[in-house]
Amino acid sequence: MELDVIFGNAVRTAIGPEAAIFALVAIGLNVHYGYTGLLNLGQVGFMLVGAYGLAISVATWGWSMWVGIPVGLAAAAVLALLLGIPTLRLRADYFAITTIAVAEILRIVTRSQAAKDVTGGAFGLQGIAGPFYDVNPIAPGDYGVGVAKFSENRLWVTVVTWVLVVLATGLVALLVRSPWGRVVRAIREDEDAARSLGKNVVAFKMQALVLGGVIGGLAGVMFAIRATSANAESFKSDVTFFAYLILILGGAATKWGPIVGAFIFWFVIAGTESFLRQADQEELLPGFLQGSEAVGAVTLILVGLALALLIVFRPQGIFGNRNEIRLET
Amino acid sequence: MRSRLHLALLVLAIGVAWPGIATAGEDEPTTTAPPTGTPTAPPPTTIAPGEEALGGTLTESGEPVEGVTIRVEGVEGNPVGEAVTAEDGTWRIPVPEPGRYQVTIDVDTLPRGVDLRDEKRATLEIPVFPGRPSVALFALGELDTGGRPSTLERLAQSSVNGVKFGLIVAMTSIGLSLIFGTTGLINFAHGELVTFGAILAWFLNARGPNWQLILAGVAAAAIAGLLGGALEWSVWRPLRRRQVGLFQLFVITIGLSLLVRHALLIWFGGQRRQFTDYTIQKEWELGPVSITPRDLTIMIASIVILVAVATMLQRTRIGKALRAVSDDIDLSEASGIDVQRVILVVWVAGAALAATGGIFLGTIEAVDWEMGTRLLLLMFSAVILGGLGTAYGAMVGGLVVGLVTEVSTIWVSPALKIVFALAALVLALLVRPQGLLGRKERIG
Repeated sequence: MELDVIFGNAVRTAIGPEAAIFALVAIGLNVHYGYTGLLNLGQVGFMLVGAYGLAISVATWGWSMWVGIPVGLAAAAVLALLLGIPTLRLRADYFAITTIAVAEILRIVTRSQAAKDVTGGAFGLQGIAGPFYDVNPIAPGDYGVGVAKFSENRLWVTVVTWVLVVLATGLVALLVRSPWGRVVRAIREDEDAARSLGKNVVAFKMQALVLGGVIGGLAGVMFAIRATSANAESFKSDVTFFAYLILILGGAATKWGPIVGAFIFWFVIAGTESFLRQADQEELLPGFLQGSEAVGAVTLILVGLALALLIVFRPQGIFGNRNEIRLET
Repeated sequence: MRSRLHLALLVLAIGVAWPGIATAGEDEPTTTAPPTGTPTAPPPTTIAPGEEALGGTLTESGEPVEGVTIRVEGVEGNPVGEAVTAEDGTWRIPVPEPGRYQVTIDVDTLPRGVDLRDEKRATLEIPVFPGRPSVALFALGELDTGGRPSTLERLAQSSVNGVKFGLIVAMTSIGLSLIFGTTGLINFAHGELVTFGAILAWFLNARGPNWQLILAGVAAAAIAGLLGGALEWSVWRPLRRRQVGLFQLFVITIGLSLLVRHALLIWFGGQRRQFTDYTIQKEWELGPVSITPRDLTIMIASIVILVAVATMLQRTRIGKALRAVSDDIDLSEASGIDVQRVILVVWVAGAALAATGGIFLGTIEAVDWEMGTRLLLLMFSAVILGGLGTAYGAMVGGLVVGLVTEVSTIWVSPALKIVFALAALVLALLVRPQGLLGRKERIG
């Protein structure tokens, strides 16, 4: 058992692009759920249209990547509008089920044979992020210590994504402190009260849905750039649940909650996986836990357990304020 | 203190239901029964033995057919490989691991004058066993004498399939709807009850005691019912007593769903497997439709179960109490109904019904660790279409969802059929958000 390898893997992932992308997803979700009280279970759908907006523009239509990125973000905004019109007037539980249903529709249609000419079907689309790595100013080489080493391209995508995370955090923090932010938080606390003060509740919810959705779309764009490809199978509903765990872990409706949550989440996930793989190799595990399939399953069991226990015993997360989060639907 | 005791008992109950884990570890091949209607033949010499692959020789009246595209996909629709038949008509596609695969012949690449003898056989589901290749046979030649089935005939056949599937969706949705109606909880882990029932029945049927499927199914449904009751008693009731909010309970069900699903994956493994009984049956031709005796029996059994549930709701004391609690929990409590007992009954019955649906679905198709999760959104569609919180709504919604998904396969690829059920859900929310049988009330 090499503890330094486990620790190195955990740190490498926790500061890597995966954690930064999930921090972005959680920031979008924080706008929806944390501040506005919208129980959006289809956040992964915004990631999907962001990633495929870019991928289809580049790989199918042959446009430049720099055009594809705004296309991806615009697609996320359009999805938010289309999703919001029928559902925002409905009760929270209807909204939750509709959003997850729409995210699943998007995934199934994207990977289907019928959409193969546009989306590449189940094979997805490849080779979409060349220009991003062409402008990489970092000299070739390995950076970091021990196991936690980054190639110049990984370092480049990591830095850019974390910069976007900080920008998004700042934007959301400013908006939440503005009059707009006070209205959406009022909607979260008491929709009827906000309405009786003459606020157009549906319009404010829609604005919040679009803002969080576009941040989710940005996460999808960075996801596609990091992988240099887009594949519908990366956008299963589990991703949304991971984002919820991250948000609740760090503290919903807090400025730094998504970042802290993403860091802790990926540190624990990568550490656990690394530990289990080593234990598997050294044959320390009981028979039924052997093999890579079981290692992945154990990690997800821990995610499920953490989500359930956290929401019961510390729903405000690590830094959250219990009075700031909505507990009733 | 009391709740801790409950939790300990639950853990104990799960432990008792777990012994199959020891047998699951031994790496036996999956059930060797070929699926219904798959042509079996000795492997020709054209594919090398000793590794997992799919292959065959494409001939038409003795002559090899060249240049035809054949694709292999996993049962989920994930691509595995593609090949074009060689000069001697042979083709071969290696597969990564044993399991079931869908082999599709691209009819458009067939040479002029050569047709698939049975149009419905363009896609075959073939099992691949460890260490040896499997053969997929496509019969080429004249179209079958029946000719191409008319749209009306296909509509009749897909309607029967739709009712068959819809009855199962209806059965699994009742618990989901009633749990919501009585406690307001959206149970995201309901699909796992479906999977649990099917997997438990599989272990009782194909491993361990080797019971006949009907006995194994009844036992599995009963155990699943007890599990549902134990969950309510040890998790949900203490949490309600702590006045934990509905949103938190909802997130807990998401966590529970992830937890249980992946525990089932470790227990059962990632393969699709079949029960040992009723696997191969000849279809009965009933007018324009054909159905196996197995599927017909399952349809009849489903109808009997649904009628029994409806009778229980209408006629018995507990049924009336249940409808009252679902209608207005405070008023029923004030009029002396033991609300906690009613909720316990809902959980036991709902879980047993969900498990039964899972066992039926596993008998018709196959058992796998994600089957309930795939069904979950269809159940939600059914429940919302029919009207949240009512048992009859779930039944009607389930049938509508089943019909919509199956009938859509006449025009679009089966891979997309679930999209139609979900689109129906979104459409229903736009037009009639209270559902078909729901009362019009404020839901905005």
